[in-house]
Amino acid sequence: MFELYVGVIANGLMIGAVYALIATGLNLIFGVMRIVNFAHGEIVVIGMYAGYSCWFWLGLPLAVSAPLAMLFMFAAGYGFQRALGNDFVDRPQHVQFVLYISLALIITGLHAIIFGPDPRGIQSAASFSVYRFAGLRFDAARLHAALAAVAILCALWLWLRYSLTGKSLKAAAQNLTGGQAIGININHVFALTMGIGAACAGAAGALIAPLFDTHPYLAGEFTLTAFIIVIVGGLASLPGALLGGLLIGVSEALAAVLITPSAKSLFSYGLLIAILLLRPGGLLGQKGAGN
Amino acid sequence: MKGALNKRGAILAGLLLALAAAAPFLVNEFYLTVLALIFLYALVGIAWNLMMGYAGQLSLGHALYFGLGAYIVAVLSEKFGISPWFGMIPAFFIAAICGAIIGALGFRFGVKGVYFALLTIAFAEFARILFEHWDYTGRTGGFFLTALNEKNRPLLSLRGGAMFFYYALLMTLAVTYFAVAWLVRGRLGYLWRAVREDEEAARALGVKAFEVKLIAVAISAGITGVAGGWFALMNGSLFPDSTFGMRLSIDLIIAPIIGGLGTLFGPVLGALIVVPLNEIAKDLGQALGVNGINLLIYGVLLLAVVLAAPSGVWPWIARKTGLDENSTRERDRT
Repeated sequence: MFELYVGVIANGLMIGAVYALIATGLNLIFGVMRIVNFAHGEIVVIGMYAGYSCWFWLGLPLAVSAPLAMLFMFAAGYGFQRALGNDFVDRPQHVQFVLYISLALIITGLHAIIFGPDPRGIQSAASFSVYRFAGLRFDAARLHAALAAVAILCALWLWLRYSLTGKSLKAAAQNLTGGQAIGININHVFALTMGIGAACAGAAGALIAPLFDTHPYLAGEFTLTAFIIVIVGGLASLPGALLGGLLIGVSEALAAVLITPSAKSLFSYGLLIAILLLRPGGLLGQKGAGN
Repeated sequence: MKGALNKRGAILAGLLLALAAAAPFLVNEFYLTVLALIFLYALVGIAWNLMMGYAGQLSLGHALYFGLGAYIVAVLSEKFGISPWFGMIPAFFIAAICGAIIGALGFRFGVKGVYFALLTIAFAEFARILFEHWDYTGRTGGFFLTALNEKNRPLLSLRGGAMFFYYALLMTLAVTYFAVAWLVRGRLGYLWRAVREDEEAARALGVKAFEVKLIAVAISAGITGVAGGWFALMNGSLFPDSTFGMRLSIDLIIAPIIGGLGTLFGPVLGALIVVPLNEIAKDLGQALGVNGINLLIYGVLLLAVVLAAPSGVWPWIARKTGLDENSTRERDRT
């Protein structure tokens, strides 16, 4: 019994790390541009299909497909923001909402047209192998995905903290006008932010492609999960996104065992409501950020 | 806001109503059903617009009230034999109370903007998952109304053919439209707009912002509950995912946004645009036999509208034709 729960929690933590990567992308986009990316889950699904296509047609392993998905989504995010997104940054919220919803519909529609509605799965050597550690068994595919997600997150944090461009991103997030005053090229920074946010989601998608069967209509759930994590962890807080991701991953895994798998998000929504009401800034966000 | 519709507008409105009343003699049953659906979406659009367009509170969880109304009317009529005439009353009030509770929680704890929207999503999704696991309402398998037989009298059961629902929804829509028009042109409407534009300033002038917002949410939720009740009667079958789901919440609010937020006619026009677009996209998808093409077409059309008329189609038309000089919001003009 004890081992069952430890195993469940370990599984939750591993999925949670990938969730954290998805949420970090959303968090960055919101933090810098104050835009709620309603098409975030769709980007994750693009990443999943990218991972699937690399495996199915080219026979490429995860270690290659994930960076490819990341690069592709970075370029797509950057291009989109330059071409269209930047015009919408200071529009009213509901107008942005329609833009991103229409984008989400277009992406889902294209997925269904190209790949069909049937679930697609990846079977690799890692799908069936396990690591044994201290009497516990860890899914190899899951562990690889989690480790890769954590590695990408760490790299992103270091880049944001120490590189000049990363610093200008953070500066824009903290004070947009001030950032412009000291010569930050807002158009470039915004496009960069969208690119990195999309790259996070795309990479996460490629990483979980071997774990879940991919189908076009998965996207909504990913978007909502990412929202929950961002709010629970704290907006504009990167460690918060990691904490939130792990928390949601574990709570989903536990709910699936304790209640029933289909009720796994029940805990997450309960947690979201509690956090919104009691600590709107999130667990690691600034206090009162919700106002 | 005196005489928000000028003379030409009033004539146009009269013509539209006359056309709507005569429509059943002009078109076939399929189009009547689509028109009834348009009225249903317009009804929810008006309700949502009351909350977002006038009181400035963004809700992305209106499916909660819609689903509650639908299940209340369906369960009361199916399990207790209570006529939908009476079922509509709890559908309105329970939805309104739920809206008021969520609003009160959000406003009391200072949850605003995107955060408030996420709170409403969370409650709607919570309800969806609960209904998906509730045996009494048939879980994910759905809840069904018994099929109509010859003894059915539409005026008692509130269920009938395409013609019956067409007129029933037209009347519900007309009554709601004029009631809401009366509300937003009255004292409450001014208070809502004051809170929308600058809540701090409104409070400094003595507006009880908390109560004013709460009334908007409650009325909006109540109307949405009634719309949900009509949906249950029209559809005959209810599934948690299609009555409480996020997708429905999004579908419901696209029409008023496309039509024009904070305008009276916007949500109606929006429904007139969005529902047929969706139907056309679906038909094309089926005709071509390609899965997902309907989503693509719908998405592209939405994108086109938001690029061409970002503050809504009705304000754009009204500006061009001078039909309704008060239809644009002050904020959008600057």
